[in-house]
Amino acid sequence: MTNSPGRAEKLSSSAGSVVYDADVLVLGGGPAGTWAAISAAEQGARVVLADKGFCGTSGATAAAGTGVWYVDPVPERREAAMASREKLGGYLQDRRWMARVLDRTYAQSNQLADWGYPYPDDDDGRPQRNSLQGPEYMRLMRKRTKQAGVTILDHSPALELLVDGNGVVAGAAGLRRQKGDRWVVNAKAVVIATGGCAFLSKTLGSNVLTGDGYLLAAEAGAEFTSMEFSNAYAISPAFGSVTKTLFYSWASFTDEQGSVIPGASSKGGRSVIARALRKGPVYAQLDQADAATQRHMRASQPNFFLPFDRTGIDPFTQRFPITLRLEGTVRGTGGLRIIDDSCATTVPGLYAAGDAATRELICGGFTGGGSHNAAWAMSSGYWAGHGAAEFARQLGTTIGRQAFRRGAVGLRSGNGRPLQGGALARSVQDEVFPYELNYFREAGRLGESLARLDALWLDASTADAPSEQELLRGREAAAMLATARWMYRSALARQESRGMHRRDDYPGQDDRYLHFVTTGGLDEVWTSARPLASAQYAEAAE
Amino acid sequence: MIEVIDTEHCTACDICVSVCPTNVFDKTDGIPRIARQSDCQTCFLCELYCPEDALFVSPFADAPQTVDVAALKEATLLGSYRRAVGWVEESRHLRAADRSYRLFGH
Ligand SMILES: Cc1cc2nc3c(=O)[nH]c(=O)nc-3n(C[C@H](O)[C@H](O)[C@H](O)COP(=O)(O)OP(=O)(O)OC[C@H]3O[C@@H](n4cnc5c(N)ncnc54)[C@H](O)[C@@H]3O)c2cc1C
Ligand code: SF4
Ligand code: SF4
Repeated sequence: MTNSPGRAEKLSSSAGSVVYDADVLVLGGGPAGTWAAISAAEQGARVVLADKGFCGTSGATAAAGTGVWYVDPVPERREAAMASREKLGGYLQDRRWMARVLDRTYAQSNQLADWGYPYPDDDDGRPQRNSLQGPEYMRLMRKRTKQAGVTILDHSPALELLVDGNGVVAGAAGLRRQKGDRWVVNAKAVVIATGGCAFLSKTLGSNVLTGDGYLLAAEAGAEFTSMEFSNAYAISPAFGSVTKTLFYSWASFTDEQGSVIPGASSKGGRSVIARALRKGPVYAQLDQADAATQRHMRASQPNFFLPFDRTGIDPFTQRFPITLRLEGTVRGTGGLRIIDDSCATTVPGLYAAGDAATRELICGGFTGGGSHNAAWAMSSGYWAGHGAAEFARQLGTTIGRQAFRRGAVGLRSGNGRPLQGGALARSVQDEVFPYELNYFREAGRLGESLARLDALWLDASTADAPSEQELLRGREAAAMLATARWMYRSALARQESRGMHRRDDYPGQDDRYLHFVTTGGLDEVWTSARPLASAQYAEAAE
Repeated sequence: MIEVIDTEHCTACDICVSVCPTNVFDKTDGIPRIARQSDCQTCFLCELYCPEDALFVSPFADAPQTVDVAALKEATLLGSYRRAVGWVEESRHLRAADRSYRLFGH
């Protein structure tokens, strides 16, 4: 195979696997991964991007579309944009990071416009850049990623990281599920952009998001933070997958008898909906949208209307049953801990971007609506790609370097019983879906759930690798399990309510917890408190 | 969930096999097969990429439904999502129809 100098090299394709040699390997091809790949390639790195699904349709953004935290660089507007979210996020955010993300998001969005993204103009002819149509955006990102010289591997989920003798990340290995073989990419730096974990809840576009990147990073020793902020639940029609919540701001919510449920609302009253759903069905109707608003809604989010148009429901004049689907860390803020401005993790050579990384720096303990996730994905992707390329450059030659596979659970031989991915995934769902466990948290219930999750881990981590066809399912289930344990340990450690984390036993915000909770570990899950970035600066100045 | 490949219009181009993020379809010698329906995440994206409007995704995410292809055609539901986002020639102007800026901050 011939390669132009800037391309990652395909070394061989023998013995059931293809091998590539690259400077930077990006895992995940959503917005964070594609921006990372492009940014690394712009630095001259030879880049491979591997996605579990298809780069361009896979992930939360491609299916859902997003509002974007795009704010004109007018000081008062920027100030207001930052200030408006601090209370919601529980004052955990960092102003310096918010300002950097606003700057970077502005630049990347304008880049998208230059690349031909069809942003609309308002009635005065001014371009409007605070919303992106998912399929359109990600189709463009795939094209630009290819044009940047990046080698894209579709349907190629990563299973495990490779690490050298000094603990430096050296690549990754995975499956080519439509070819029935394996891939290995030897790389000098790796960016984890595998998204969050939505626990196979069928929330829009998110069943590819099972926390795989967390698991393989944890096996290489990475740490997590803000994992207690992982209980985002989104409204959808009870029968459907379209968890797009913006339009429910125009809804009334009623019970079986048709009586309005007091306090129920999409913003600020979603917990009331959760409580009502425990008693019986809840209905919504978008009866507060006038004709013009209805028109704008149809133009702006065509997929919102698919479940209605295809079942003959008029959501403006008829009520329909709703439910809340768990989105976990996808619209939570927990994820891999990053330690510097280039989104490096605690593992040398390993970078994190998008939902796979924590969003605590700009969102604190709350997100979900408000466009910060999309802004974070493009900004952190850009920085992580840059950082990874720079790391690769400084590393120099790696000829002769030995790399070791770090994957464990579900990949090795064990006690003779193969890991049952399907059954394990359902057991994890039983612990994280119920509102009384995850939405409304309490020490006793969390503790009991953790005991069950720990037992599941003991079982899974001593099991045999499943058959080749079941390997991915097994690893996904194990990743969900690991994620649930970091979530609930962190939730136990935060003995207060803050952001999206609510404790029935500690309903108030408590200033003794004005810090981050770090977590990690697989067989033994640990947590510790970490001061806010602002507190660290204050200390340094003293 | 994905329910239908319309055999009358499908040209066996296999685009759906490539683009489905959850790998629901399998290639065959002819028209692809819906091989793993229960893995479908009801994201509707295969419909957007099918050049022949030959796919139909039912909005019911958790359970399969019986659908009648003739009735879908009658109701012009095949390809309706593609037309709504402007991914066909006749409706290209809709690609820039997003009015979210009028709706944010309500
Ligand atoms: C319904 C919904 C609506 C939303 N609306 C908004 C909004 O309005 N504003 C906002 O800011 N945010 C919103 N979000 C959140 C936003 O979509 C995410 O923050 C964003 O998609 C994150 O980008 P990402 O690239 O990190 O992850 P994703 O877009 O989820 O992409 C992750 C990618 O990683 C791949 N992957 C997973 N596992 C592996 C593996 N093992 N190996 C290789 N690849 C893997 C997946 O296939 C996927 O392509 C919404 C989310 C949902 C679900
Ligand atoms: S994309 Fe459409 S036309 Fe092509 S194989 Fe699939 S169903 Fe058939
Ligand atoms: S709706 Fe989505 S998940 Fe289902 S078959 Fe189509 S592309 Fe695949």
